[in-house]
Amino acid sequence: MRQRLSRLDTTLSPYLYVAPFFLLFAVFGLFPLLYTAWVSLHDWNLLGGHTFVGLDNYGALFADPHFWNATGNTVGMFALSTVPQLLLALGIANALHKRMRARTAVRLGILLPNITSVAAVGIVFSLLFANNFGLANWVLGLAGVDPVNWTAEKWSSWSAIAVMVDWRWTGWNALIYLAAMQTIPADLYEAAAIEGASAWRQFWRITVPLLRPTILFTAVIATIGGMQLFAEPLLLASGRIEGGSLRQFQTLSMYIYERAFSRDFDYGYGSAMAWVLFLLILVASMVNFALVRRGSR
Amino acid sequence: MSRWVGNEKPARPGRGVGAATRLWQASPLTYLALVLAVVLSAFPIYWTFIVASRSNDAINDVPPPLLPGGHLVDNASRLLANDDALFLYGLANSLVVSLVVASSVVLFSTLAGFAFAKLRFRGRHALLLVIVATMMVPTQLGLIPLYMLMVELGWQGTLQAVIVPFLVTGFGVFMMRQYADAAVPDQLIEAARVDGCSTIRIYWNVVLPALRPAAAVLFLLQFMQTWNEFLWSFVVLDPDTPTVQMSLKALATAYYTDYSQVFAGTAIATVPLLLVFVVFGRQIIGGIMEGAVKQ
Repeated sequence: MRQRLSRLDTTLSPYLYVAPFFLLFAVFGLFPLLYTAWVSLHDWNLLGGHTFVGLDNYGALFADPHFWNATGNTVGMFALSTVPQLLLALGIANALHKRMRARTAVRLGILLPNITSVAAVGIVFSLLFANNFGLANWVLGLAGVDPVNWTAEKWSSWSAIAVMVDWRWTGWNALIYLAAMQTIPADLYEAAAIEGASAWRQFWRITVPLLRPTILFTAVIATIGGMQLFAEPLLLASGRIEGGSLRQFQTLSMYIYERAFSRDFDYGYGSAMAWVLFLLILVASMVNFALVRRGSR
Repeated sequence: MSRWVGNEKPARPGRGVGAATRLWQASPLTYLALVLAVVLSAFPIYWTFIVASRSNDAINDVPPPLLPGGHLVDNASRLLANDDALFLYGLANSLVVSLVVASSVVLFSTLAGFAFAKLRFRGRHALLLVIVATMMVPTQLGLIPLYMLMVELGWQGTLQAVIVPFLVTGFGVFMMRQYADAAVPDQLIEAARVDGCSTIRIYWNVVLPALRPAAAVLFLLQFMQTWNEFLWSFVVLDPDTPTVQMSLKALATAYYTDYSQVFAGTAIATVPLLLVFVVFGRQIIGGIMEGAVKQ
């Protein structure tokens, strides 16, 4: 009997231990994601009534200028934030990968922004980028530049939002790169140094190529986050879901919210958009992957 | 994907072989660049506390105020009396939600991580692959059906809605698996089995103590992530049951001319995270860096 119980314990326990993840993921992760595709094929709204309409939502979506505007804004802000962010992080990681004093203090310092909430970031930077009395304009004024109405134009609002994203994430990426740099064998650098390669050359010829998988990892993380940008532009617009008077900085996530949860509670239309956004993330991730792969050949 | 490399510490100068033993000395220029990076990182947080402690008039000053003032108590009392933001209630809700989610994630992740690393069962390789795959899927995009599900369950506007869907994460399971793989010797488990320990006792008495450092990091990371969560709370919660982020959003959208009140809220909402960071910052950095190595 005792032995029977013990055998039951060893066969069943592992499944019991991994079951919570799979159950919760199935109900709250996988099901909603797949059901999004199903809802997107319907005229479906808040009151629960729904009729199958095939691909009509997608047809309407591709004819909707607000959708294209939001897509352009999302991709634009993503590019404007991610490229400088990852380059800057590489530079900082390289600077940290040296013999130096106060290394822990510096690491803590650059990670500090990452612990603040997106709401806090949105609030604080919205005031930094305020029109009349923002610090950003004051600093520009010191350099003789005229004050910028940050929320008025696409380029200016995108820049302000990119600064928010980069402020929060550059340090985190730098630490990830630093961790990967520490695994690069020293003899590679020694051999390069013997052949007379400068530090600059070593960085581009040894460090960066060997960091490719890590760069891919951070690029995918940045893609997933960047494509779902929501809180920062929302707060820059003082909470208005349109993201500026002319929708200059409305992202796809904001437009999904606008259509599914505020204006006409159109779940079908919102789901179609969510599904397109999902595909967009997938494509962007694959582009990242292809770029990194190609670069390594 | 990332591979957890166990309790291996980042290489330090003078410790065995490794890149770190022959690092260049940082030049003054490097120091200057890093100091600049730290100042830029810290300044917006510092500035939050400045605005939070000044009166609203100070915003218009030229040059802008760069030192704290004496109005913090005044601003905070305006904040606490604000019925639209329900700031204290939001703070308490966030504390409950973050503690429950972080505890649950640690419990379920250590259990599953232990199973994947140390127990033999049919299909474990395939199941682990599934978990890794889920980490790359942006499940937030299932937002609309998830919301419909919450309405169906009657959870819309309640704290369950921001707790239950997040009780365990693929990241947590994977992180604990990688750590358990390296930190728990097989012999220890065998010995416990020979002594007649059941699997759950092995988990509790052998595995959990060995996983403690990594589990603590997971707890902190999850606590901060849950504390800072925005989009889902924005969708599913009502203004009368806010998390602290929703209180901040309510403040920022309705009282945006009363900067010092909004910033007092932002400052106070950031304090718990700053405390966690000051006390456990090194462990958090260690966790992020070790978790990142070798994708």
